[in-house]
Amino acid sequence: MATLEFRTAIRDALAEELERDDTVVFFGEDVAKPGGVFATTGGLHERFGADRVFDTPISELAISGAAFGSAVCGLRPVIEIMFGDFLALAMDSLVNQSAKFFYLSNEQASVPLVVRSAVGAGGRFGAIHSQMPATWFQGVPGLKIVAPSTPADAKGLLKAAIRDDNPVLVLEHKRLYALKEEVADAAIEPVPIGRAHLRREGTDVTLVSAMKGIHDCLAAAELLAADGIEAEVLDLRTLRPLDAGAIAAALSRTNRLAVVEEGPLTGGWAGEVVALAVEHGLHDVDDVWRIATADQPIPYSPTLEDAFLPGAERIAGEVRARLAHEEG
Amino acid sequence: MSRAAVAGPAAGEGGVDPDLGVELYRRMRLIRRFEDTIQSLFQKGEVHGTTHLYSGEEAVAVGVCSVLEDADRAAGTYRGHGHALALGVEPQGLLDELLGRETGVCGGRAGSMNVVDLEHRLIGCFGIIGGSIAAATGAALALRRSGGVAVAFFGDGTTNHGYFHECLNFAKVLSLPVVYVCENNLYGEFTPWETVTAGQILARPQALEIPAQTIDGNDVWTVRETASAAVARARAGEGPQFIEALTYRFVGHSRSDPGAYRKPGELDAWKERDPLKVARETLAAHAGVEVERLDAVDAEVDRELEAMVERGLAAPYPPAGAPAREFKE
Repeated sequence: MATLEFRTAIRDALAEELERDDTVVFFGEDVAKPGGVFATTGGLHERFGADRVFDTPISELAISGAAFGSAVCGLRPVIEIMFGDFLALAMDSLVNQSAKFFYLSNEQASVPLVVRSAVGAGGRFGAIHSQMPATWFQGVPGLKIVAPSTPADAKGLLKAAIRDDNPVLVLEHKRLYALKEEVADAAIEPVPIGRAHLRREGTDVTLVSAMKGIHDCLAAAELLAADGIEAEVLDLRTLRPLDAGAIAAALSRTNRLAVVEEGPLTGGWAGEVVALAVEHGLHDVDDVWRIATADQPIPYSPTLEDAFLPGAERIAGEVRARLAHEEG
Repeated sequence: MSRAAVAGPAAGEGGVDPDLGVELYRRMRLIRRFEDTIQSLFQKGEVHGTTHLYSGEEAVAVGVCSVLEDADRAAGTYRGHGHALALGVEPQGLLDELLGRETGVCGGRAGSMNVVDLEHRLIGCFGIIGGSIAAATGAALALRRSGGVAVAFFGDGTTNHGYFHECLNFAKVLSLPVVYVCENNLYGEFTPWETVTAGQILARPQALEIPAQTIDGNDVWTVRETASAAVARARAGEGPQFIEALTYRFVGHSRSDPGAYRKPGELDAWKERDPLKVARETLAAHAGVEVERLDAVDAEVDRELEAMVERGLAAPYPPAGAPAREFKE
């Protein structure tokens, strides 16, 4: 057995891929000599040299553009956009260049790049250092989005993202960086992109989520179990493309999906999950609904931010209420 | 800087190789007539959407691309037909692309503003200004491993764009082998560049200590000599280089623009400095090329284009609803 920490898992995945493939390069703001503002990438610069791991100016347009240009000329760049909120600055290159190139070029080449970004609320960082930008990219054909909830998945999904021939956005929830997990073997293989994973079995309802939300759902499932309600927890792991098969299978098992998204209710991936469920499994549906954040900026004050986020109590409460309503 | 100040007789000072000169002329003539053809096909409803023609600016792309090697790459703009043809993209494939045909260089998926042809070193044309700068800056990051140089073509308007400022700095601090070629055609769309640009364009790269010069962009030899030196410096590890090539588009910004904003007499003055006319004069004066030889080139280009149009119009459209892969497996 070995103990794997989320932030170390990311560093190890980068180190192993940099070691395995000479075309992999890694750059971003404060990622090389300082080792990353979330202490995720220390030692890589010293080990692999300044040509392959380097600090950049605070220039998200240049970082994302350089990733695109280098990816169509033979490199496999991994870039870090420090906070997910800053992805707004990188969107032109990601959306209009990288995501479209494979199609527009008539498959002359794909764009094998990875964007790592720290996302999510709960750290009192306020409205523009706490967002969940998945929604912004959900409607961009050609882009994959992975969103790990555990250290092992952080490592396995990042490795898979680096080996993928397409642009992949890797969302790292800030509240998970210090998460530790006991693993049988730290040598973790790539985790297939697009494949969900059942974290907990249960018969009454499926809680569908990703990232930090999985831990809230697991805690909610414990609360519900005390009331005799058995909730299963489905970890999507990839937000684009969604694992439609796993969603349909879950629905056929429990007939109820509560989709827990840390992100605005309107336009989010939870809505996509609900749409898939209704389109493909309407006859299985007893209930499907979304538990997301309000359509407002993320507040700073601890009382406001805590109430804003969909925690275990709210998830359990909504499940109890919806089940009671069915019975009533 | 006024146009006259750089419109000197630098062309051919070192002697002009007649065969090379005729080849450069032929390529410029091809671009000019290609653009005339596109305009005509647009009016007939065969080219769709919009077009941005390179007519008048041919010496910039042809001069720069004439010094590039196999390992090098270039990124063009939405006014990119000239960049593509100067790099050696097959004119038939480009024409078919603009006609929306399956035989186009991108299978009809890209159209005028988004052409890609990696085989011919074109990493893309970009419909949003600054995209070419981003792409070339990144390309340079990869090419420095193989001794290649990346070139970004862009217009004067792009010098006010975020990509310009971020990427020039990025390339400088990383000492990337990239040559930034600003085609200053005096107007960003319909607006005179000086009314929306603080200071001089050249001062911007100079502030970053990027070697930079302003040249006559209508003289293919001046462009070629300047580009040759800039590309050599970039290849030698001296970091990014910058060229501001003064030029002028003889047509509107896009198909719907009659060019009403032009200053009186401006177009006529620039037509006196038509890059094709300049090249003809230089070839006659410095390389002893007979007028008949250049007339024959003109006729040959016209014949080729005529045949291309015939083939292009007969080529199939991509089947409606043809399946497309979202991802490379």
